[in-house]
Amino acid sequence: MRIFIGKGVYGAIAIGKISVLHRGEAKVTRERVDDTAKEIERFRSAKKCALCELDTLYEKALPEVGEAGAQIFDIHRMMINDDDYNESVIGMIERQQINAEYAVALTSDNFEAMFSAMDDSYMQARAADVRDISERLIRTLSGGCGMDVPSANEKVIICADDLAPSETVSLDKSQVLAFVTAHGSANSHTAILARSMNIPAVIGVGDAFLSAVRDGDIAIVNGGAGEVTLSPDKHAILEAEKKRSEDHAAKKRLDELRGKENITLDGTKIKVFANIGGIDNIGAVLLNDAGGIGLFRSEFLYLESRDFPSEDEQFNVYKRVLESMAGKKVIIRTLDIGADKQVGYFGLKREENPALGLRAIRICLTRPEIFRTQLRALYRASVYGELGIMFPMITSESEIRQILEICADVRDELKREDIPISDEVEMGIMIETPASAIISDKLAPMVDFFSVGTNDLTQYTLACDRQNPQLEPFCDTHHEAVLRLIEQAANNAHANGKWIGICGELAADLTLTETFLRMGIDELSVSPSFVLKLRETIRSIDLRPHSDTTYLAQHTLPTGHPFI
Amino acid sequence: MKSFSFTIRDEIGIHARPAGMLVNKAKGTGSRVTLKKGDKTADASKLFSVMGLGVKCGDTVEISVEGGDEEAALAGMKEFFEANL
Repeated sequence: MRIFIGKGVYGAIAIGKISVLHRGEAKVTRERVDDTAKEIERFRSAKKCALCELDTLYEKALPEVGEAGAQIFDIHRMMINDDDYNESVIGMIERQQINAEYAVALTSDNFEAMFSAMDDSYMQARAADVRDISERLIRTLSGGCGMDVPSANEKVIICADDLAPSETVSLDKSQVLAFVTAHGSANSHTAILARSMNIPAVIGVGDAFLSAVRDGDIAIVNGGAGEVTLSPDKHAILEAEKKRSEDHAAKKRLDELRGKENITLDGTKIKVFANIGGIDNIGAVLLNDAGGIGLFRSEFLYLESRDFPSEDEQFNVYKRVLESMAGKKVIIRTLDIGADKQVGYFGLKREENPALGLRAIRICLTRPEIFRTQLRALYRASVYGELGIMFPMITSESEIRQILEICADVRDELKREDIPISDEVEMGIMIETPASAIISDKLAPMVDFFSVGTNDLTQYTLACDRQNPQLEPFCDTHHEAVLRLIEQAANNAHANGKWIGICGELAADLTLTETFLRMGIDELSVSPSFVLKLRETIRSIDLRPHSDTTYLAQHTLPTGHPFI
Repeated sequence: MKSFSFTIRDEIGIHARPAGMLVNKAKGTGSRVTLKKGDKTADASKLFSVMGLGVKCGDTVEISVEGGDEEAALAGMKEFFEANL
């Protein structure tokens, strides 16, 4: 039994047989070329082919690792198109009369060396990306196909010298128990991909590991501890199996909650929705059995764009979310951008105090043309599902009046254009300023629902900049002032027959779930991966009087506290 | 030629993704955009060249534009740096 230490990338345990990855490595030899023009042409068509492959990889990666992960292949496309890289390859073919494969290999060495020599670990790790694109080009030039992927009929632990991002994505996930590599860094794109594919991985265990392993060896990969145990003894296997089954049991317990109600022991029901920041998270929402989308952040449409997203672009995204959720509620929050989440083309001025600045609804009301485009897109999409529209950063009745006026105007405009819209779009506001909570009795009659944004509400109530880590000791997220404001908003919503949800981080704070249930909060919206955990907690709570001794014991709240 | 200085605020500096965005932006200006850090310069329309500068958080770079509509190119680059770096 030998233990190798590397860096753990994804914290889970795998036990199984090892399969050492053998690359169909194309041996690159130097050959003399007479017709250099033809050789350059050969390089150009290989490049085209490689770019095509990267498109395919991008598409394959998108559902598995999401937009941010898949972007790696976008960077690869740009690398292959880089002027310096191309000039180097073409220059070598012309001047040295060498074959394209050799020119690519030499160029790759030079660029890899440049990155490896940089004094920054992130940039050093980019050498692996250069190697990946160069090997792709060489493979395409030689007409060969990539790797010799093991086709065992059991899942294996893939071991390799290093894995290129494209190899990581190409591997058949159903065949992979874990990844172990001798080299590579935690900064590598491969590590990032493994993490988002939820596959245990340990990287950088060293060359000694590779020379010690053989196909079929048994190993334990502990992605949390960054440990690989080769040929473990009985005791080690038993221990790892125990840990693994504990992990599985926890996961299974949550899995069994799929399709179950969010109901307390005494029969109180609450809705559990999910927060998402883009359309690639819809899969996770459905997978985790969320009852709807409680917060769809529309900012990404603006942040990921070079110019204002057009009405049609926005419409297509909203339509897709609504259709994917098949009749479940989808609450889309209108543009929430400010000096802290800057978008260049908005041309916003720098502010001394962005959190208190021109942001969110304030931008929308100052520049109604931006707002109207988003509203038109939202209303056009409304016929494809159960839409709710939510407005951020509200502080006054007059803001809501202005918003409702613009909305009515947009609806009339669409009707005049004979564009169908739903008459059942719910209109809500975020309760994230103390002002909105304090006058929630006046705001509630004007809207259909409230949704509490606890992050901003806490920052504004406690006067604590949440970007400043020094303030952490002063920023008590359970501060009674914040909880009282939430309760006040809840009471005022209910007094007016409206519903109230919480979509900030506190919604996922399981120590407050009972408190929120007692306040009568109707909906909690959390990140998709947290939905089932929250459901588990809700199902263990008993709100009947006299049964809450543990609750009182755990919460030493001041006497006369409003929600006991 | 027009230029301005900018101190990078992004935590990991001009890493792969923003370098890619920068290259696209620079190519779109129609001017020759150059990045200078210390005594090293880079052609902003070339990805490897930009990444090779190894610009980190806190580094000050000088961005200069030459040819074409320099006024517009400068404004565009300023906006890009403000928003992304």
